Amino acid sequence: MAIERILKDDASEEKGERARTASFVGAIAITDLVKTTLGPKGMDKILQSTGRGQEVTVTNDGATILKSLHIDNPAAKVLIDISKVQDDEVGDGTTSVVVLAGELLREAEKLVAAKIHPMTIISGYRIAAECARNALLQRVVDNKENAEKFKSDLMKIAKTTLSSKILSQDKEHFAQLAVDAVMRLKGSTNLEAIQIIKKPGGSLKDSFLDEGFILDKKIGLGQPKRIENAKILVANTAMDTDKVKIYGARVRVDSMSKVAEIEGAEKEKMREKVQKIIAHGINCFVNRQLIYNFPEELFADAGVLAIEHADFDGIERLALVTGGEIASTFDNPESVKLGHCKLIEEIMIGEDKLIHFSGVEMGQACTIVLRGASHHMLDEAERSLHDALCVLSQTVNDTRVVLGGGWPEMVMAKAVDELARQTPGKKSHAIEAFSRSLVAIPTIIADNAGLDSADLVAQLRAEHHKEGCNAGIDVISGSVGDMAELGISESFKVKQAVLLSATEAAEMILRVDEIITCAPRKREDRM
Amino acid sequence: MALAFDEYGRPFIILKEQDQKTRLRGLEAQKANISAGKAVARILRTSLGPKGMDKMLQSPDGDVTITNDGATILEQMDVDNQIAKLMVELSRSQDYEIGDGTTGVVVMAGALLEQAEHLLERGIHPIRIAEGYEMASRMAVEHLDHIAQKFDFGPTNIEPLVQTCMTTLSSKIVNRCKRPLAEISVKAVLSVADLERKDVNLDLIKVEGKVGGKLEDTELIYGITVDKDMSHPQMPKQIQDAKIAILTCPFEPPKPKTKHKVDIDTVEKFQTLRQQEQKYFDDMVQKCKDVGATLVICQWGFDDEANHLLMHRNLPAVRWVGGVELELIAIATGGRIVPRFQELTPEKLGRAGLVREKSFGTTKDKMLYIEHCANSRAVTIFIRGGNKMMIEETKRSIHDALCVARNLIRNNSIVYGGGSAEISCSIAVEAAADKYPGVEQYAIRAFADALDSVPMALAENSGLQPIETLSAVKSQQIKENNPHFGIDCNDVGTNDMREQNVFETLIGKQQQILLATQVVKMILKIDDVISPSDY
Repeated sequence: MAIERILKDDASEEKGERARTASFVGAIAITDLVKTTLGPKGMDKILQSTGRGQEVTVTNDGATILKSLHIDNPAAKVLIDISKVQDDEVGDGTTSVVVLAGELLREAEKLVAAKIHPMTIISGYRIAAECARNALLQRVVDNKENAEKFKSDLMKIAKTTLSSKILSQDKEHFAQLAVDAVMRLKGSTNLEAIQIIKKPGGSLKDSFLDEGFILDKKIGLGQPKRIENAKILVANTAMDTDKVKIYGARVRVDSMSKVAEIEGAEKEKMREKVQKIIAHGINCFVNRQLIYNFPEELFADAGVLAIEHADFDGIERLALVTGGEIASTFDNPESVKLGHCKLIEEIMIGEDKLIHFSGVEMGQACTIVLRGASHHMLDEAERSLHDALCVLSQTVNDTRVVLGGGWPEMVMAKAVDELARQTPGKKSHAIEAFSRSLVAIPTIIADNAGLDSADLVAQLRAEHHKEGCNAGIDVISGSVGDMAELGISESFKVKQAVLLSATEAAEMILRVDEIITCAPRKREDRM
Repeated sequence: MALAFDEYGRPFIILKEQDQKTRLRGLEAQKANISAGKAVARILRTSLGPKGMDKMLQSPDGDVTITNDGATILEQMDVDNQIAKLMVELSRSQDYEIGDGTTGVVVMAGALLEQAEHLLERGIHPIRIAEGYEMASRMAVEHLDHIAQKFDFGPTNIEPLVQTCMTTLSSKIVNRCKRPLAEISVKAVLSVADLERKDVNLDLIKVEGKVGGKLEDTELIYGITVDKDMSHPQMPKQIQDAKIAILTCPFEPPKPKTKHKVDIDTVEKFQTLRQQEQKYFDDMVQKCKDVGATLVICQWGFDDEANHLLMHRNLPAVRWVGGVELELIAIATGGRIVPRFQELTPEKLGRAGLVREKSFGTTKDKMLYIEHCANSRAVTIFIRGGNKMMIEETKRSIHDALCVARNLIRNNSIVYGGGSAEISCSIAVEAAADKYPGVEQYAIRAFADALDSVPMALAENSGLQPIETLSAVKSQQIKENNPHFGIDCNDVGTNDMREQNVFETLIGKQQQILLATQVVKMILKIDDVISPSDY
């Protein structure tokens, strides 16, 4: 009696041991892939897209690497997912979270081979994660009260984050940039107010923070290039033909003269609109949509600076920083709020002309202009800076700080190890394994730097046996050093998110005992 | 066979293209069906109970789902076999009717089929087996009524409800924080429940999820969340005592459904048309303002000009709100959905104490909270979690918990879980079997054995010795005449489910037994399977 197939033809089913092996192999493969990018001496990856142009990206940002991979293994997809979430939530630690989850699974694989039930491993991991979090909580430093110290904390965090990126050469410079930018936000996490403009040319050192707002647009012909005490009207309106919006309207005429009449009426309409806009008493007009030659000319005649085709983000930011509102109708000039700024001028960066608004009302916004040798360099610099900005803005809200350089992992590992010794039953194996996974992170950091990881980690472990030790791996000198002295810090929020998400993901993969893959959807052949 | 002869002895064909079909008949057909049913049950068996494992499902588009919800697994499994599809249906109907116990019902049906196979081998006619099962299921359901207990709860005493929901949640991945989630579910159900009529409209509970944060951040909002933000970035982010106009017409010039053309052939026409257009926008906004609305929620988009006019007159607005959400907002705020501007009146506005925009994480995710509504009956459960799969799984778990709480409000009888009810039924059915004269006796006895398979699977999944544990519990039940003994899955140290606070709903359990029996009867009655052979 043959058992018939239950599933569709192409669908496959993997059970028990095989399913587990498949997910372990997938997850560990992903971990090994991103592992080498961890830490200050981590290497970069080149990603070539399959799309048109075969674009190349050079990066060591975990989330960016994983996002661009096409993966079939379901367990690997879970890891990619947590890395993305880490990116969205705290912005940094995207590699660490994957590496930790992978190490947890690697340890779990050994335990499963030793005939320990996955559920037991999960409950052990849970206890261990809780214990690790508490251990870390006890050692956090919170300098919320002391503004001076807090600022130096931020500096340290920024430097630590940037040191593993392409910007590490100029990390001092960029850390200062990032901290300044975030401090201007005054506690809000709205990173939109920080604009990053990339201009190839010059060197990374030439990058600078501008307190005003820079719009990557040109000023219309024959219009003033410099305006002091500008009154700005930010608008989103059609300045080309101003279509009739009533549905189904169309022009139908029977003679040439009528065409001319209607054209005249249209022109008149535009002239009226421009008059209305000028009647607001403005000397700068920024529009999201195109401005045709005719109205542009009218603006030039009136001595008004008109900027066309500012993109959506551009005008929203401009409206935000100048305190004006985005207008689409111009009938009641008295109630439209205009934006103000001290000075508008055209500036040159490299070869490009940009419009610079300085002395804006809202002090929160600022622009960071990145300079660099190539597009790849700039893209990577932007990603790194974005990471740093995210971490900093999160730290401003949650001011707790821990040391870096493998210090938190060692502290957690020590506490978890102690817990393992006190726990009776099979769970203690899982708890022990958790501690081993934590130690794997400093090991990888050391390995990536080409150091003798076994020796260093053993030293580190011995150091940590003393109470209140600040030892971590000093990659630069290749030895164990005092992290507090070296000024290597990380945000507690990031570390906590890494710990919890990694445990959650490992748990999720461990719980699986069967993988059912549906038949891939047939793509219809398009002729 | 498929060949018949007419009165002249000429053959004629009943089944078309006979050689292209495979055909199974009689015992063979039954056995094939049974083995298919069993195969499905075997997949779900390991997911049963608090220590059950999850399944990873990859959809045709490559999306990954991790779940141990029986209905979800079967739904996404891409099943081809007809009998297996019946099992999928079975689990789905349990899901629709009760919402929980979708795994248990399939395991039960699988066990019944397995027992039936033995009986068939002994030469008992399938119909007799089906009848025996029918009788046995009736006995079991009666017995459940007998051992069920009523308990009291009220809006102030929600503890028993929370306990029952916790039993449901303990088998899911969210069991780490089952207590808060159970409390959230119970509170949500109670706030929308009509205790007089004993009815709960689950549509009033919206379950929303957003990736990020911790599972512990999951919260119950007495109001509605909408995954939208204000139409204009500079509109106020917070509105107190909002009066909400709920519109299903766009802020755009009308588009009559009949085909029409407006011809412009003179300058005057051009100008009047333009003025009309302006007036039209102005009128729309003015109408909203006139009736006293302080917030406009619209199903459609706004024209740029309308958007600015709204902003200009201090009328915050939200656009592109989905139909379902719109209805919920209408229910919650006590407003009416208005399809035309002309019909807008002050009475039709909805009221809410607080409307605010909240942003999450480092990306620009924003959500709109509408709270302190006039009619607080609509609530939202807002789930946070580490990743998308976690959120989806939590949504399913919460759904189960909500259904359980609803069932309890409808009927407050419970039975004890952990397999204790099944064991007790099995004992009762077994005892009754001996009294029954006739061949059905065997079927009834087989039914009792099948009932044992649920606690057996529970024990197996928890890493206990299945046969040993089951027989110990069974003898304990008989010896002490106490139907509360079950399998100690969580290794707490006692078998008494009353002490462990493991409850299940009576109707859920009864439904499981009835549905499983029904499907098995249906499968047993099939004696001919005709299917097109491979092509």
